Amino acid sequence: MDLYEYQGRDLFERHGLPVLAGGVATTPEEARAIAERLGGRVVVKAQVKVGGRGKAGGVKLAEGTDETVARATDILGMDIKGHTVHKVMITVTADVAEEYYFSYLLDRANRTFLCIASVAGGMDIEQVAAETPDKVVKAPIDAVEGVDEAKAREIVDAAGFPAEVADQVVAVAVGLWKAFVAEDATLVEVNPLAKTGDGTLLLLDAKVTLDENAGFRHPDHEALVDQAAVDPLEQAAKEKDLNYVKLDGEVGIIGNGAGLVMSTLDVVAYAGERHGNVKPANFLDIGGGASAAVMANGLEIVLSDPSVRSVFVNVFGGITACDEVANGIIQALALLEERGEKVTKPLVVRLDGNNAEAGRAILDGADNPLVQRVDTMDGAAERAAELAAAGV
Amino acid sequence: MAIWLTKESKVIVQGMTGSEGSKHTRRMLAAGTNVVGGVNPRKAGTTVDFDGTELPVFASVADAMRETGADVTVIFVPPQFTKGAVVEAIDARIPLAVVITEGVPVHDTASFWAYNVARGEQTRIIGPNCPGIASPGASNAGIIPADITGSGRIGLVSKSGTLTYQMMYELRDIGFSTCVGIGGDPIIGTTHIDALAAFEADPETDAIVMIGEIGGDAEERAAEFIKDNVTKPVVGYIAGFTAPPGKTMGHAGAIISGSAGTAEAKQQALEAVGVKVGKTPTETAKLMRELMSGR
Repeated sequence: MDLYEYQGRDLFERHGLPVLAGGVATTPEEARAIAERLGGRVVVKAQVKVGGRGKAGGVKLAEGTDETVARATDILGMDIKGHTVHKVMITVTADVAEEYYFSYLLDRANRTFLCIASVAGGMDIEQVAAETPDKVVKAPIDAVEGVDEAKAREIVDAAGFPAEVADQVVAVAVGLWKAFVAEDATLVEVNPLAKTGDGTLLLLDAKVTLDENAGFRHPDHEALVDQAAVDPLEQAAKEKDLNYVKLDGEVGIIGNGAGLVMSTLDVVAYAGERHGNVKPANFLDIGGGASAAVMANGLEIVLSDPSVRSVFVNVFGGITACDEVANGIIQALALLEERGEKVTKPLVVRLDGNNAEAGRAILDGADNPLVQRVDTMDGAAERAAELAAAGV
Repeated sequence: MAIWLTKESKVIVQGMTGSEGSKHTRRMLAAGTNVVGGVNPRKAGTTVDFDGTELPVFASVADAMRETGADVTVIFVPPQFTKGAVVEAIDARIPLAVVITEGVPVHDTASFWAYNVARGEQTRIIGPNCPGIASPGASNAGIIPADITGSGRIGLVSKSGTLTYQMMYELRDIGFSTCVGIGGDPIIGTTHIDALAAFEADPETDAIVMIGEIGGDAEERAAEFIKDNVTKPVVGYIAGFTAPPGKTMGHAGAIISGSAGTAEAKQQALEAVGVKVGKTPTETAKLMRELMSGR
């Protein structure tokens, strides 16, 4: 889960790291209250999870309460690269003398964590690394040993931080690592880490990603989810414990296993190239079990997407037997009917693997005019795309 | 002889008395796996009956190894306890630990991996979030259905469970030496490269199917490895061409970050080193079939 900047700032503050005083506002009135509390010159920043907001006019300086409210009013509701601004962060300004870069992140390739530090901050670190690689230090961090003062000093020396801020950077490096571990983050990025005119260090930006798998030890993380930004279908699916991602196409997809469902999306997209360019409408993994109730919940979500024209149910019976899956599909359709949601869109079903013959016989026996059985994955994708194109 | 898991392997189950653990212990036994016991400190000294096979429960992995000579552990414990279970397996120096559990925090995985490295990597870890490893006709450690295919001379390594089953099914008439599901998490104990190296060295494997998906650069690194180290033919498949950036597609590790981790990049990297990449699982199976028919 990616956090908004203000959530990252709050998280840093909770862990005792030096950040600017500020607050977050969703309305001009809230902006007024914050401006009155802070007083003087402030910066108003659009809270969006996309880069380039400064260039888009989403970051403005303001002097005094009235101007702050005016700038907040301008920015709230603004569209930045397709993201509507619902919140602004307002902080006091800093007298920035120098800008550095500091981050911890997951290093998948080396199966550990990585610290990236540079005295050339305030710009895109990948660009700095490409143009002046000697200005960027990448230090692997042992997940068991972590970052103590000695390790932090090693990084600070290697990156060539000026002597007058070295002790402060060491303290930030240790504190930031503690926050990274304590919050089960997979990324904490500070760009810029700024030195002010009086020589103090401040974390001026916050990019934080949290590991959703660690939610069980962070009940407080749930509150960081921006419910307004969650797709309503994705939210409904989550409440039913379904792994669903909304996409832009017309062919609803239900399958078992993340890899098989990803593959199903691809195969449908290829088939769509021959049928009016229809595309998959969603990712939905119903997992290994695929009981009637789970299938009904899945179908309900997929069919409630108004852009769906046909549904492709692609199940490989591994542990689950295909006859159970077939019964699940038939019962799911009946269940939906009972809930008063009559199904009108065609379903293409492909069953393979464990007890596939029995499963196919059950589908044939049910003789539901909406259910079409195709026995290969590629053939079924073709049929589902064809039906979606015809229904558009 | 297959790789890592053979007829001689003696398997214990951490979490054998839990619902998933007991269900799959029964299935592993039915598949002919030599399961010799389980671990649960609270039930140590008792036995569990699996359709007539009485399996002892031990207090620790070390106890189980000492009493039974076990050399493989399959871990089914919930995510909260997975790190502890793997650390216990590493401490006992068991040669192979298969971590089935899904939803393990990545800090926990990074931590037990670092611990394993610090102890000289005496334990091969497969997973987490994986279906396990099966050497058809010999042994099965995990949740891969045992009846999809028989033994043969294809090696399979895959990030995805159901795509593994699909591929085993497509090529069931040819058969497999070993199928390894390495898992879909961002950090995993056994990589494509580890499996490719083992298959290359295995005299009972003639060709390799490698299944990857979006996220990270493991497939790109595997391609580099193939170029210099693998002489056996490799056929590839990559899932996730239509996945949007920034969205996690089921597996914790299946996410395109910015422009990194795309399916296109992986396909290109594999094709650049002469690996044929199928457009669909069925087409991939066809490529392998053509390859094997020429032998």
